[in-house]
Amino acid sequence: MYKYTQEQLDSMKKVEATRQERLNNLFARMSADEKQTVLKENHPDYIETAYEELKVGPNKGGKVLHELADLLQGKSRVLDMDIDLSKPDYDVDVLVIGGGGAGSSAAIEADNAGAKVMMVTKLRIGDANTMMAEGGIQAADKPNDSPAIHYLDAFGGGHFAAKHELLYKLVNDAPDAIKWLNELGVMFDKEADGTMITTHGGGTSRKRMHACKDYSGAEIMRTLRDEVLNRGIPVVDFTAAIEIIKDVEGKAAGAVLMNMETKDIYVAKAKTVIIATGGAGRLHYQGFPTSNHYGATADGLVLGYRAGAKLLYADTLQYHPTGVAEPTQIFGALVTEKVRSLGAQLVNKDGQAFVYSLETRDVTASSIIRECKKRDNGIKTTDGEGVWLDTPMIDMIGGEGTIEKRIPAMLRMFGKYGIDIRKDPILVYPTLHYQNGGLDISADGMTTTVPNLFVAGEAVGGIHGRNRLMGNSLLDIIVFGRNAGKSVGKIYKDIEVKELTLDHVKAFDKELKDAGINATKLSPQLLPNYTKQKDI
Amino acid sequence: MENLVNVYFFGKKYQVPESLTIMKAMEYAGYQLVRGCGCRNGFCGACSTIYRIKGQTELHACLACQQKVENDMYVATLPFFPLVKQVYDIEKIKPTEQIMMQLYPEIYACIGCNACTKSCTQGLNVMQYIAYAQRGEYEKCAEESFDCVMCGVCSSRCPAGISHPQVAELSRRLYGKYIAPETQHLIDRVKEIEDGKYVELIETLMNKPIEELKELYNNREIEK
Ligand code: FES
Repeated sequence: MYKYTQEQLDSMKKVEATRQERLNNLFARMSADEKQTVLKENHPDYIETAYEELKVGPNKGGKVLHELADLLQGKSRVLDMDIDLSKPDYDVDVLVIGGGGAGSSAAIEADNAGAKVMMVTKLRIGDANTMMAEGGIQAADKPNDSPAIHYLDAFGGGHFAAKHELLYKLVNDAPDAIKWLNELGVMFDKEADGTMITTHGGGTSRKRMHACKDYSGAEIMRTLRDEVLNRGIPVVDFTAAIEIIKDVEGKAAGAVLMNMETKDIYVAKAKTVIIATGGAGRLHYQGFPTSNHYGATADGLVLGYRAGAKLLYADTLQYHPTGVAEPTQIFGALVTEKVRSLGAQLVNKDGQAFVYSLETRDVTASSIIRECKKRDNGIKTTDGEGVWLDTPMIDMIGGEGTIEKRIPAMLRMFGKYGIDIRKDPILVYPTLHYQNGGLDISADGMTTTVPNLFVAGEAVGGIHGRNRLMGNSLLDIIVFGRNAGKSVGKIYKDIEVKELTLDHVKAFDKELKDAGINATKLSPQLLPNYTKQKDI
Repeated sequence: MENLVNVYFFGKKYQVPESLTIMKAMEYAGYQLVRGCGCRNGFCGACSTIYRIKGQTELHACLACQQKVENDMYVATLPFFPLVKQVYDIEKIKPTEQIMMQLYPEIYACIGCNACTKSCTQGLNVMQYIAYAQRGEYEKCAEESFDCVMCGVCSSRCPAGISHPQVAELSRRLYGKYIAPETQHLIDRVKEIEDGKYVELIETLMNKPIEELKELYNNREIEK
């Protein structure tokens, strides 16, 4: 049994006492106006002091969080190095930077097109947020659903800000993405007759969330990894890209690589480059804990920005409503939205529900923050405060065994600390989860300003707008990963790479100096530094 | 002040707060991790670790990101283990018993010691899923091994040299692709999309003014 405080235990009793009643009376959904209000007053994206104006680069004058500004306007690692670009260590058609779901999908499709592909990743292939996506993947493949309905859900959920051409691709290619994965051997949850078992996610109007228990991302990632290895696509692991190389015509033409252990430097020449470096949770924006993997440090944004690629919506982040608030050992870890899809409610210290469980993520997170900070209805935890997520409701609704069958990872994660989520509710608080914004691309996956530089996955901005629905991220990783791989597959044969150069890096540095910025922080950051710290 | 415990990383003693996981304790002690750290959440298997409590004979295996430190814990990380991964063409193989014999014949040398199961960081019945694989029962192998994070601890303990996680991976892919029932509604929808059935519908939507889209969104019908 986990050692809860007396206060927590007392509050847990109240949750228990109101459970039956809450089961019968669902909390009402918010109106559009109520949503606006709770967002404006509570969502971290609206805290102006957390932001600053960029002084240089393609988004000069735009605002981003301080932590990101420090890196975008940071000091390049190659400035003090003597790098001979005339003798590349690698020479390929397609260089994929990043070893997650987007990078792997891109590599497989580029390989299908006959291109010579190489993947580099600063950790191992599969050490990525894809691996940790628990809840599922959306696709409108049921008879009562359509890509158009999916479009409206996602467009509205993203506050009407998504780039039309990208969202179109996302929803229209979704069923084929599922089919592709299934044919690679991904084990989706199905009925005996083959019908996909699908559920709602926050903000969906149809049940289109496909899942592989609550290891959806892990199942997808390990399958993609296996496929990459089967094809013999070289994966250079523990090697980070630290700068994009261009040719004298301004096209992307490779990257400077660094061995993470020996710090040796290599030059990779490539006809096309795909940035698939993922998110930024490990920058701990505004001091939030994160559900992200160890390498989520926005490297791709920095690489792209310095090479001249534009950012879109880099100011908006997703705080997942339900990060672990207790036990402290797994503070910030993700409690999948599926827990709420299956019926668990959010409940305050007095055992009262305060929000409909499946509002969009930003609205739900804001409601939790309001409940704690403004209404003082939170429960104190080791690292701060939180609210209850009433997990025992799941088996009451779905029948005994539902938790075990549908969310085994959650059962195990809490079980390790002596918490049985079938019997007792758990404490949660929003955690930094997803980078809504990123590099600006057009529908073929290429950046809008740097030829032959492609982006896929979480490093892209604009697919979802200013908020993302559950299950659309795993989807975008597959759709836009494949898309980038196919796009480079079509053009690589006709590309002629001219003399390589890093002049754009020097020019950026000069711009920084001219703007009066004396950059000292090395970027991209590559890894967080947690040494000598207790609270991570 | 929080209670401190003594832990030994690779034999060297450090004092760390008792609430920390092994991973965080190593960082607290000053290690900047490069290897042996991935998701930090029990999904990726990067952080396999073995430990023994001083004075006890039993050797434990765990994920460093999930296991709390204990007093007098001797810790060695296992950031890489040479698993054997055979390559195959998923389009060409079939879910027959022969495929295991061809690709992973060593599974038939299992001596039934159960060391794999005892060491599994996910608490899986590893020896059982290998038995299923031996018999070509891929559905059962796939289900039993589903929560595997491929950390490789089982294989490090196996006297027969079996690469259990890779055997399981193959079984899951065989099951997912060839044995699990086909999804007709998915096949139908993909066909409809290929035929361009939704192009006009989505394009009409895209071209509507934002205000109208907001109307549509706020009043859309939601499936119960
Ligand atoms: S770091 Fe991924 S399982 Fe521990």
